[in-house]
Amino acid sequence: MLDLDKYNSLGEALSAALDRWPNETCLIEADRDRENGRFTYHQFKEAALPLANALQQAGVAGGTRCAIIMTNQSKWLISAYAIFFCGGVLVPLDYKLPADEQLKLLAHSRAEILITEYAVWRNISKVAAFKDMSTRLVIVTEAPASADLSGAQRWEVFRDVREPNFVPRQRADAACIVYSSGTGGRPKGCVLTHGSYLEQCKSLTHWYPFWPGVRYLSILPTNHAIDFMVGFIGPFVCGACVVHLRTLRPEFVREAFVRYKITYVTLVPAIIKNLERGLRDKFDTLPPWKRSMLNTMTSINKALTRNRPNLKLSRMLLPAVHNAFGGELLALITGGAFIEPSTLQFFYDLGIPVANGYGLTEACTVLTVNDLKPFRADTVGKPLPGVELRILNPDSDGIGEVVAKSATIMSRYLDDPDMTAETIVNGWLMTGDLGRVDEAGHLQLFGRKKNMVVTEEGKNIYPEDIESVFERVAVKEFCVFAANYLWPEKSMVGEKLVLVVHPESEQRITSEIVAKLSECNRQLLNYKRVHGYLVWDCDFPRTASMKVKRGELAEQIRRSKRRDSVLPL
Amino acid sequence: MTTLDKTTDEILQLAAKHFNVSPSELHPDDDFFKKLGINSLQALDLLTRLEQHFHIELPDYELQGVSDFRTLAERIHSRL
Repeated sequence: MLDLDKYNSLGEALSAALDRWPNETCLIEADRDRENGRFTYHQFKEAALPLANALQQAGVAGGTRCAIIMTNQSKWLISAYAIFFCGGVLVPLDYKLPADEQLKLLAHSRAEILITEYAVWRNISKVAAFKDMSTRLVIVTEAPASADLSGAQRWEVFRDVREPNFVPRQRADAACIVYSSGTGGRPKGCVLTHGSYLEQCKSLTHWYPFWPGVRYLSILPTNHAIDFMVGFIGPFVCGACVVHLRTLRPEFVREAFVRYKITYVTLVPAIIKNLERGLRDKFDTLPPWKRSMLNTMTSINKALTRNRPNLKLSRMLLPAVHNAFGGELLALITGGAFIEPSTLQFFYDLGIPVANGYGLTEACTVLTVNDLKPFRADTVGKPLPGVELRILNPDSDGIGEVVAKSATIMSRYLDDPDMTAETIVNGWLMTGDLGRVDEAGHLQLFGRKKNMVVTEEGKNIYPEDIESVFERVAVKEFCVFAANYLWPEKSMVGEKLVLVVHPESEQRITSEIVAKLSECNRQLLNYKRVHGYLVWDCDFPRTASMKVKRGELAEQIRRSKRRDSVLPL
Repeated sequence: MTTLDKTTDEILQLAAKHFNVSPSELHPDDDFFKKLGINSLQALDLLTRLEQHFHIELPDYELQGVSDFRTLAERIHSRL
């Protein structure tokens, strides 16, 4: 791999990688069972030149903010490289967000350029706030010839292949502004520097190395912090290959493992659980003698790999299982949300290590990851090189708030010094997660101190962000909380949201009101919906500016109501 | 010519069969995540079945933000 200490920016490191391995394949784009194309490092560079020229002609220079909203595809990476080459700051936005939320984040980031796909652009241009969009240039890919692009330019028209001017950046300069929650509340734009990413990449690839010939399967969106690092920066600075799959359909994901002989893949817990279910169902259909043999081989594998993985041995003992994953898989990578230890153990017993990690957008990608020495299903691993962890105010079980110090931590929240000061205290990142470090140095998580939930798909939901949808319901006031914030439990399982409703005096919560609450709830994306409601009869404590004092209200509720007071919605 | 109503009806029938519920329990405005108790991956599985039935290809992206049968039917119908 490249010696990352020699480079000051992602643009510089990526540019060096493109020249270092010109003939290696860096990117394969697959859609279902079709292959749309593949690029060598040299071809990737050639593909990025016209866009970099266009960006420079549009005035992109050091520090210009450029957003990307795209599904998982080659042009995402090509665009990101072109932006870094020109010295721009990348704002990766989630293509799955509703268009109005994408517009809000675009406005908040003050991105001057937007690079997007036609399907996304079509949705954005239908939203009322579109007329206020202030980006100077929008570049749209894959637009049909007849499409009206409302002033945007087609990606395909850029053909200038002259070498553009490389714009150097320093390690302390912003590389990306990444939103850790992208909704109608208070946007949290984490400003991450080139130094953060280079340090993160160095420490991660120290434990999980890439090299030419490695094939990483990318099915998470590239705007996802983990995929951006291990599905783009990491493989590229090591001469490896990224296989982009433009669908999450399980049948095509399974096929891709075999067709491309995948080495690593990152999956969110929901997909790993789906894979587990598929395998268990398959095992259940085996004839008794085969099932018995599988169980025996699994037990032998488990015993022989107790201390560390032995992939050669595991592939020999359980060839059918390993061949189903292409026969060259080194590890499944996961993080971003809680995953059942039994699921991790299930795969490890079959000889497939799962690198389970823990991180926050504020910390670039990950703080801890399982080093497999030995494999532990009950933890989120050890701190990566360069990461210092502490447990703040531990209780008698050693459990307290996890705080971290590392060169990978963000410099600030964009335009929000107050929240930055609350989150980074004397150089320590206050994670808001509750954990304990055991005698082996592994971090175990036990819940959250902060008022938020994380779904199995790894999506962060902040209650404040979804409240506005209930504004149409005629009650005195309401507030949304994470159930585990109201009633702390030392658990990461089944996190739920609760709507606290305070009716007017004399008002009763009738079935009509409940129906209205349900109707409003349905307007939220599936994973953001509240689980139930709680009737509260006192005025909410408020600040002088009439904001709800959430901590105080939570304390009052905690004292007088129990979790079983929540009624289903 | 297939009408939108016919497409919607066929989707309801197929969803009912796929998730083993009575067709009479499903309605066009139902939220299929909630009504069928499914997650986004199971919804993609349903989408695969629908593609096979209607002989179309619907990118994953088209399902973004769709949670009721009627909108799903509109997306499919526009590609028939």
